[in-house]
Amino acid sequence: MKGYAHVYDRKHINTDEIIPARYLNMDKEADLAKHAMEDLDGDFINKVKQGDFIVAGEDFGCGSSREHAVWALRGSGIKAVIADTFARIFYRNCINNGFLAIESKDISKKVRTGDELEIALESGTLKNLTNGEEYTFLPIPAFARKIILAGGLINYIKNEAK
Amino acid sequence: MGSTITEKILAGHCGKESIKPGSLINADIDLIMCHDITTTPAIDMLAANGMNKVFDPEKIVVMPDHFVPNKDIKSAELVKKIRLWAKEQGITKFYDIGNHGVCHALLPEQGYVKPGMTIICGDSHTCTHGALGAFSTGIGSTDLAAALYTGQLWFKVPETILIKLDGRLQKGTYSKDVILDIISKIGVDGALYKAMEFTGELIDDLSVESRMTICNMAIEAGGKSGIISPDQKTIDYVKERTDEEFEIIKSDDDAVYERIIEIDVSNLEPIIAFPHLPGNGKPISKVGNIKIDQAYLGSCTNGRIEDLRVAASIMNGKKVADGTRMIVVPATTEIWKQANKEGLLDIFMEAGAAVSTPTCGACLGGHMGVLAAGERCISSTNRNFVGRMGSPESEVYLSSPATVASSAIEGKIADPRKYLI
Repeated sequence: MKGYAHVYDRKHINTDEIIPARYLNMDKEADLAKHAMEDLDGDFINKVKQGDFIVAGEDFGCGSSREHAVWALRGSGIKAVIADTFARIFYRNCINNGFLAIESKDISKKVRTGDELEIALESGTLKNLTNGEEYTFLPIPAFARKIILAGGLINYIKNEAK
Repeated sequence: MGSTITEKILAGHCGKESIKPGSLINADIDLIMCHDITTTPAIDMLAANGMNKVFDPEKIVVMPDHFVPNKDIKSAELVKKIRLWAKEQGITKFYDIGNHGVCHALLPEQGYVKPGMTIICGDSHTCTHGALGAFSTGIGSTDLAAALYTGQLWFKVPETILIKLDGRLQKGTYSKDVILDIISKIGVDGALYKAMEFTGELIDDLSVESRMTICNMAIEAGGKSGIISPDQKTIDYVKERTDEEFEIIKSDDDAVYERIIEIDVSNLEPIIAFPHLPGNGKPISKVGNIKIDQAYLGSCTNGRIEDLRVAASIMNGKKVADGTRMIVVPATTEIWKQANKEGLLDIFMEAGAAVSTPTCGACLGGHMGVLAAGERCISSTNRNFVGRMGSPESEVYLSSPATVASSAIEGKIADPRKYLI
């Protein structure tokens, strides 16, 4: 999977910044996507292209449990978030949606906005095609992988029931 | 080798004798709470997948609270959808306007929370209920849908951090100051993925409501849950509210902890968390002159009756400063009625504050007190992220209810201790 990086080199980017609560009177991905990252980067929605990645610092997605944060990002075109570390509920929500959340130490210091990255899930490596560097990431736990491959938790439960 | 309360509760809910941190389990869920923000997506997911019946309507409690009374047409539609769904599913524990309240205040108040339970809600502050010795954690809408349908949910058993709180609080400092101090010490991700277990002399001293304030903010340190082993106070609180039986589960003396943090609260001052993180706490003596536009008293953290009593005792006969506005939001209908009976609401209104009906409201920038650009608010709530209570250019300072009250009187962040004799 290849994509271009939008780097936010900051810790504790919270779900209020990813999708402000004033938009939680809506629950459809397309509506939420228009306001993705609005309170952190008002221009994000104009810059993001289908298939791009977000690269961020530690504790990405902390705060509220709103899954709207995952939907807003996915709806905006983002295919994966790569962060130094993730907050717990956001990480769960990513797995449950079959959305890639990849943890790679200090990644926010190594990648620049506009770099083209390639994620190789099997080998657990991340290639920076722009500068030729290669990084490793924590393997996605087997159970989480099963959910992601099923296309999310609801599909997984349906498959299990069969 | 012993087990923590969290390990014991989770083991008991997946049919095991004992369980180690790091294990992946599918746990039975005893209680699911649903509110207006995160439930409608779950309803849609269930409908789209032909999952037409919830696993057990008796184990589900529904309480719209975030944008109620409906703040606009869109939120009215969300609440309407939940109301119809609950009826269709035969869920009778529905707290509509007139019986409404902020979910984490209402759930224990109405006797649903019992020691030893597993509880989930699509809300990060679900960790509150650990104050009664339950495993209680916040999840998203997909998790909610899965649990509503199957009655189970996957968890990685968390390691536990034991926080041992000794000493006695001085006058004018409260459990809110303690938890703001803890988060400032360990950081907003200091307990990432972990259970935070609180114990010690201070916990023994605190009321069950004050303990809720501490567990409520476990998520602000990144914790999966906050928990306190039940004692006689817990048992009395629960028995006053329900006749249902429950099991008392406590941590073993030789339980294994990821780490143990010892804090003596004897010299703790009132703490103010500066924008824009709950971990930016400073003692009041180091705060300086910070003018405020709004003082907000309410929320699942500090909108309970004891919070209103403390604030009213400070504001009795005083006035909110010129140029400052104060908003008081009792967290539940019962709390509102009790505060009214005790004359607390009169005290607030005589002081020039506005008293609202229960709602999450402005705590998350919804309605009933949203901030404009450049405005500052001192708030008894739990989060002060950028834009949390309104404009991304506004500022939120977190404190105890007492500090909210003293600050309202002075129009700037003020030490409550001089008002308490």
